[in-house]
Amino acid sequence: MTAVGTEHRVIRVVVNGVPYEREVEARLLLSDFLRHELGLTGTHVGCEHGVCGACTVLFDGEPVRSCLLLAVQADGHVIETVEGLAPSEAELHPLQRAFWEKHGLQCGYCTSGMLMVLKAFLAEHPNPTEEEIREAISGNLCRCTGYQNIVEAALYAAQLMRQS
Amino acid sequence: MPTRIFGEPIKRAEDPRLLTGRGRYTDDIDLPGQLHVAFLRSPLAHARIRSIDVSAARDMPGVVAVWTYADIGPCQRRMPLLIPHPDLTHPYTRYALAKDEVNHVGEPVAMVIAESRYLAEDAVEAIVVEWEELPPVVDIERAVQPDAPLVHEELGTNVAAHYVGIVGDPEGAFSRAAHVFRERLIIERSAGMPIETRAIVAVWNDVEGVLEVWDTTQAPIVIRNALAALFGLAPTQVRVVAPDVGGGFGCKIMVYPEEVLVPYAALALRRPIKWTEDRLEHFVGTNHERLQIHDAEIAVDAEGRILGIRDRFLHDAGAYTPYGIIVPIITACQLPGPYKVPNYHVEFRAVYSNTVPVSPYRGAGRPHAAFVMERLLDRVADELGLDRAEVRRRNFIQPHEFPYDVGLIFQDGAPTRYDSGNYPGMLDLLLQQMDYDRLVREELPRLRAEGRCVGVGIACYVEGTGIGPYEGATVRVEPTGQVYVATGMPQQGQAHKTVLAQIVAEELQVPVESVQVFEGDTAHFQFGSGTYASRSAVVCGSAVALAARKVREQGLQLAAEELEVAVEDLVVEDGRVYVRGAPERGFTWAQLAQLANPLRYAYAGDLVVRPRPWTGPTLPPGKQPTLEATEYYSPPHATWASGAVGLLVEVDIETGQLFFRKLWVVHDCGKMINPMVVEGQVHGGIAQGIGGAFYEKLYYDENGQLLNASFMDFLIPTAMEIPRMEVAHQETPSPLNPLGVKGVGEAGAIPMPAVVAAAVEDALRPFGVRITRMPLDPDQLWRMTHPESP
Repeated sequence: MTAVGTEHRVIRVVVNGVPYEREVEARLLLSDFLRHELGLTGTHVGCEHGVCGACTVLFDGEPVRSCLLLAVQADGHVIETVEGLAPSEAELHPLQRAFWEKHGLQCGYCTSGMLMVLKAFLAEHPNPTEEEIREAISGNLCRCTGYQNIVEAALYAAQLMRQS
Repeated sequence: MPTRIFGEPIKRAEDPRLLTGRGRYTDDIDLPGQLHVAFLRSPLAHARIRSIDVSAARDMPGVVAVWTYADIGPCQRRMPLLIPHPDLTHPYTRYALAKDEVNHVGEPVAMVIAESRYLAEDAVEAIVVEWEELPPVVDIERAVQPDAPLVHEELGTNVAAHYVGIVGDPEGAFSRAAHVFRERLIIERSAGMPIETRAIVAVWNDVEGVLEVWDTTQAPIVIRNALAALFGLAPTQVRVVAPDVGGGFGCKIMVYPEEVLVPYAALALRRPIKWTEDRLEHFVGTNHERLQIHDAEIAVDAEGRILGIRDRFLHDAGAYTPYGIIVPIITACQLPGPYKVPNYHVEFRAVYSNTVPVSPYRGAGRPHAAFVMERLLDRVADELGLDRAEVRRRNFIQPHEFPYDVGLIFQDGAPTRYDSGNYPGMLDLLLQQMDYDRLVREELPRLRAEGRCVGVGIACYVEGTGIGPYEGATVRVEPTGQVYVATGMPQQGQAHKTVLAQIVAEELQVPVESVQVFEGDTAHFQFGSGTYASRSAVVCGSAVALAARKVREQGLQLAAEELEVAVEDLVVEDGRVYVRGAPERGFTWAQLAQLANPLRYAYAGDLVVRPRPWTGPTLPPGKQPTLEATEYYSPPHATWASGAVGLLVEVDIETGQLFFRKLWVVHDCGKMINPMVVEGQVHGGIAQGIGGAFYEKLYYDENGQLLNASFMDFLIPTAMEIPRMEVAHQETPSPLNPLGVKGVGEAGAIPMPAVVAAAVEDALRPFGVRITRMPLDPDQLWRMTHPESP
């Protein structure tokens, strides 16, 4: 007897520019695949029911909740995680610089999701208002910062990105 | 001139790792050969276990073991009572796995250990339990009635503790009062809800002979000591690490069943074991807080000066009391707040219910206290036709009256004694920041004339912070130039690596980047209690400062000997110790560390240590080969921070929705080590306080089922709900500790229920309602503004 969910599939996925081919259990969550199969633990899991946004990654450039997707659904797609955000080991992405500068994080657990959502948002809204930023991150819960410095950081990052 | 590092808004040392996904949280740790745990938890609030059949689960693929109470060896002992109290006459703690009875939904009953988390969860489904349902106790007012069913039959009562505190002559005060006002005030059940749930990884390291545990705890030393005692190991054979922890807010300080069971599995099975709580488990398996029902009354003279307060309250303890009665004790002691209450009678009963146990959540009894006190003062103001700010001003403890004794024994066993503060100054600063007179006289009438339902509230609070017993730290200058700092206190986002480094960098005048702080790892430091009660900066910061000062003295002494000058002739600046007026005569700190440790160095380069003529032992008696000191700081009693908040709200009468239009905060935590970090703490506390005032309530039904155990249903405010906060600081140094600091961690959460109630009540004056229950919600507000509706 094959137990429920133990069926396996081979998937091909590009994560942060690196192609991977892996055999995975059909029921494996994308979040668990990234974290525990690929070792990309920068993507965090806060609720596993798609509300907190901590596990947000970019899926073909669009923010998605990796806890609500199966790894097999990523077959043939391109994923970006927080580990791929900085242009190099020595340099931070403007969003990362801005979060550092403006104290946009405390425990750091929601941060990866915030950064990935904002990356996609700022690409389409290079000159956002505070209200637009608040709406953009309203699917991501933070329990430490009260959001104020995250908003400051996003405004500052937008400014940095416009300048560069 | 020495460089100022203490007090500067220095960017956090923690951030580059966390921003690039290189943080290391407990669930990020995967060890080779690791097994995974899933728990079967009680679906019932109160039941006897007739039988448990685990045979089907044991036969499932990938399952290594399925354990019930009978299988857990040393963990069969009852979980510890961490904080006893003489008035906790009926304490009760659980078994790590239920022995024969469950007392809340979520209580661990059986434990599956399998090759993956998925397989472990599959097997949990296959465990069959035969239950005998018992009557659940959920309503704590019902629970204290004589005929109520009992949570713990053998105790013969649902009352775990009955506390009475009396200051002065409350009865006399009430009999001579010009006015007495009574309120019944309720603050509902809520919980900390860090975004990272709890997790534990444990492995028996056979090479070292050490049990290694990574745990999302706020108190790794407590866990280490508990595990050593439980398993009969020497403390040095157990290493507990709290790595990066994704928020705590109180609920991660405990000795939870999983915290002993997972390490036990690692010992018994000799495999690495991991358990990561899911969010549903967190809702029913990690401690809650908040529910109290107060019957409070205030006696005032004709001018609104407080003559006395009487408060009797019920405190919901949940099913067990592992953390004693800390929360209601804090409520009782802090209720008077920044006001003179010469006569005070406070009395509570901590009541068992078949719900998740209660232990501190950010604020820890203080939001309740501030809610009661501030509601009473608002009532006095309204009844006497006084401005709400004026009533507060008339009752403040004055700056010259410190130290001020409230007259009760605080949570740490020491007197509730305020060390310093400037409450009138704090309120003045707030009113100035709000432009209060203009707001009340012009802005509100103007908005109301436009038909908008707006209101303003203010609230003041104090917070006893930085309690004992003690914390310690080691500071060492390395011959390579870095400064090593080790403490026992872990962080959950409070920037210890930054602020503790600032303290050391200031004392030694070295670059803050050269100071490396190690925390939350018992291999680095093994004495101390943990991160709670807004105490890290005060207690740990002071220990770090004392150790750094000792190292500074050591460096000065050594330099004086080497340079043959008096210590008084030396200055410490720019990372060096040198002769005043002759900067070329001196040493870097690295050179001093080398001089202290006269070894032959590999890769020596331009070391200052040179062969010397023989004068006796290389390291004479009484000398140590390092610039290093370990110091402890034990506060005489809590140091008292304070604050005031102002809030402008608007109610949408049609929908009952509440909008936070403006929010002002004045905060006084004494000297600030890093104002940026302080402000961040205040922001976060305020946001949680707003959650507790309008969004977050845990709903139990009469069967003890938690109805909203998900983030879909338990509403944590998002960036759309939390308003911009304007924070101003007042600095009234504490005279108690070497840094003059006070704690800030819980501050923001404390006044929010009080100030939201005040502002909403002001907005709803046309409807003549009084706000006596927190949190509010749109439904309640709609009903208040539509009294004719069913």
